[in-house]
Formats: sequence, C-alpha cells, structure tokens
Amino acid sequence: MKQYLLSVYQPDGDPPPPEVLGKVMRDVGAWQQELKTAGAWVFTAGLHPASAATVVRFSGGETLLTDGPYAEGKEHIGGFTIITAADLDSALGWGRKLAQATTLPIEVRPLQDRD
Amino acid sequence: MAGLRAPEIERVFRAEYGRAVAVLVRYFGDIDAAEEAVQDAFTVAVQRWPAAGLPPSPAGWIITTARNRAIDRLRREASREDRHAQAALLHTPGEPAEEAAVRDDRLRLIFTCCHPALAPTAQVALTLRLLGGLTTAEIARAFLVPEPTMAQRLVRAKGKIRDAGIPYRVPNETDLPGRLRSVLAVVYLIFNEGYMASSGDRLVREDLSAEAIRLGRLLAELMPDEPEALGLLGLMLLAESRRAARSSGDGGLVLLADQDRGRWDRGLIAEGQVIVRQCLRRNQPGPYQIQAAINAVHSDAATAAATDWPQILQLYDQLASLTPSPVVALHRAVAVAEVQGPAAALTLVDDLDLGGYHLFHAIRADLLRRLGRSAEAARAYDAAITGTENASERAFLQRRREALP
Repeated sequence: MKQYLLSVYQPDGDPPPPEVLGKVMRDVGAWQQELKTAGAWVFTAGLHPASAATVVRFSGGETLLTDGPYAEGKEHIGGFTIITAADLDSALGWGRKLAQATTLPIEVRPLQDRD
Repeated sequence: MAGLRAPEIERVFRAEYGRAVAVLVRYFGDIDAAEEAVQDAFTVAVQRWPAAGLPPSPAGWIITTARNRAIDRLRREASREDRHAQAALLHTPGEPAEEAAVRDDRLRLIFTCCHPALAPTAQVALTLRLLGGLTTAEIARAFLVPEPTMAQRLVRAKGKIRDAGIPYRVPNETDLPGRLRSVLAVVYLIFNEGYMASSGDRLVREDLSAEAIRLGRLLAELMPDEPEALGLLGLMLLAESRRAARSSGDGGLVLLADQDRGRWDRGLIAEGQVIVRQCLRRNQPGPYQIQAAINAVHSDAATAAATDWPQILQLYDQLASLTPSPVVALHRAVAVAEVQGPAAALTLVDDLDLGGYHLFHAIRADLLRRLGRSAEAARAYDAAITGTENASERAFLQRRREALP
C-alpha cells in the first residue's frame, strides 16, 4: 500500500457564512468517517490561516524570518489528510469525494515509500 | 533461411514494440525495466537474426529474450536491491504469455499511458513511445520540440507513473467511459497532428496518422463492445482516404468541394463505410460515430454538388445535441448554408462567440462573399489570415481574399 497526502487549497480571507461552512464541516466529517471505516485514514490536521505562518531561512550563518506563508498567492493549504491507498486511482477516488465535500481543489500527492 | 539486415530488424522491433513492452511491464512492474530489456533483446537480434533469419514468432522471441536478459542482469547485479523485481521474475511462467493475455496487456498499457493524471502532451508522447515504438527523436520531430525536451517529458511522465502509483490495469466499469474518452482523445489528437498541421516533416506526419490508425484498429479490436472506439476508427479511415486529394502539387490546401474525388482512396472509404454502418446498426450514437457518419455521407457523393447536405445537417443536429459547443455550431452552420442558404448560416455564425478562432473568420468570410458583401468579407479574411499559423491555410485564405470582386 502507498500513502498519499491530500491537501485542501482554500482562498485566504474570511471563511464562508455559517450555513455554508456547517454543511462543509458535516460532509468532511462524514468523509473522514468513511475513510476510517475503510481502514484508509492515517492522519488529519486543519491549519490556522496562512497569515499566521512564519518562514524561516538560514543563510550566511544567519536566520532570517519573514511574516506570512512561503508561497505567494490568494490560496493556501487549509488542511491535509494522509491516507493509504492501493494506487493512484483509489487515492483520486478519495480526493474526488473530499473535493465534493469541501467544494475546494484537492492536491493528491504520493508520499515516498519508507524502506 | 534468408538473413535480415538492420533496417528490417528495426522495423520488426518497432512493429512488435508495444506488444513486448506491455507484457514485460506486467512481468517487471516497471516501464523503464521493460524498455531496457527490449533494448537488450534488440542487441541480441542484431547479432543473431542476420544469420538465423526471422524467428517464427518475433514478438514471442523478443519477450522471451528480453525476460531472460533481465534475469541475467539481475543475477549479475545481485548487490542491487532488486529483491522485489527478482522475486517477480522468478515467479512468472517460463513461456511468453498467451495471445489473449498479451492483448489485455496492451490494453492496460494504453490506459496507463493515457491516464488523466498525466498532462495531455505527456499522454500523447508516452503512447507513441511505448505502444507505437517511435523513438524519442521521432516524437520530438513530429511535435516540433527539441529532442531533450521530449526526452525530459517522457522521463517525467514515467516517473509520475512510478511515484504516484498510476495503476497498470483496465479501469473498472464505473470509470471506463471517462477513461476511454481520454484514450480516444489521445489517439484522435495523434491523428490530427499528422493530418492537419502543415509544418514539420511530411513523412513524419504521415507516420503519425498511420500510427493513430494502427492504435485505432487495436482499440476497436480490443474493445469490440465500445461503439465510440469503432466510430473513431471509421472517422480516421474516412478522413485519411482524402489525404492525397487535400493538397495540391505545391502543397497548398484543397477544400473538400474542390478536391479531385478520383484521388480518394476507395479501399479506405469502403472500410470506413462498413464501420459506419455497423455503428448505425448498434444505435448507440456518440460524437466520433456521428463525425464518422458525416464523413461517410461526403464520401458517398460522386461530385461536391451531389452531396446529401440535408442528411449532413441532420447529423450535425444530433452532434450538437450530444455535445453542444460553439465549434460544433460553427460546423453545423456550414451545412445550414448549403441547405437553407448563406444568409441563414450567417445569422447563426454571428451569434457565436468565437472571435479568437481563425476558422470562425474564414467561414464568416466565405458566407459574406457568397452574399456579395465583399468589403466585409475582405475584413473577415484578414482576421482569419492573422489568426492562423498554418502556412498552407494562410496561402489559401490569401488567394480567396484576392479573388474577391
């Protein structure tokens, strides 16, 4: 079995109104339960907004800090889940369901095998 | 037995490449290992075939030799951590797979190459390389990119197949329709690349269309229950039948209406029409089948004037309801012009938001010309000429513009 990282990309700024967010949270919860029942769930985390991020660089013997996320843009990773799946088709199947639940783009990326 | 020369050996390997790689990918679970093994088998063939002649089953010979070479290699390099591969090799039957299994392997390989998680350009390159047996240099020439760029594209695509775990199998029934669409799209794209473009090496381009037709035949044979696979084959055969007639002696483009129909390939037309009739009997229409039927109607007409335009319009109506798009609407308007006149067609065309598409301007220009609105026609020809990069199309449009009264 391989492992895949499923990252949710969400727009910066205010979250959607409660009536929208509530349904999304319920759907994502149901998705996670389905993952667990299938024995495919490994780990999930939700992240604070990208504005809470700090980038650390080490260069010329000095540590440089910059406020904000590394990647520029209007969308950032809002959370991620690690799953196990037999192959990419299976992982994409879970990704499709998550995209449906969150209404947001999902990046599916394979983890390196641990040997 | 007659000996073989290197070019003949190369031809045999190219013809059998897809078959051999497909089987070997299943043995090794790795595309690079499969390709390397076929390359090794080629080296052996170059040494032996000139004296021994062609083996009775070249594909079987290549697969067996490639497999044995790979086992030798793994044994020699026992220090390498190839335990999995070695285990897989030792657990495969000693004889090449049966014909039915080989067919399944080729189908698996097509679906892997055309996986939608790969970029379309990568899908096309992989399909031509692994199933068509074209060299990286040939594919690069066909798509007018430098060879290192194409090599890079292939390496990256194979890397993604391996790292992301793109499976080597025919998709299940739920996914099949969508996945088959992407396979057919790749084959049609390869065909059109060889049929439409005027730039690049003409022979390479004819090779591309021939390769697409070969893949189309393979798909139709491997998936006899998929009418769209058959439809695509019919469409390609009927388009190919006009290849000789669609360019003039100096390489200029000749429109369907002006083509010398005596130069159409009757054999291809007959084959294409049989396929279209098969599709009609099944009555499960799809976009490729309908486009094939439209081409079949054209191929039925002894002269341009004898074309059954009402039937073509009916087919476009069906196509437009199945896959509504401005481009389909544009082509439908051409049929409307023949059935109801250029004024009715122009009204339809003017409603389309296709200003960035050179054919939109070319078709508009022709309709305006037929309505005697020369000044507007000239402006539309100018827009069409600016919008096309194809030299023979540009020259054609230029001639049309100059012929305006």
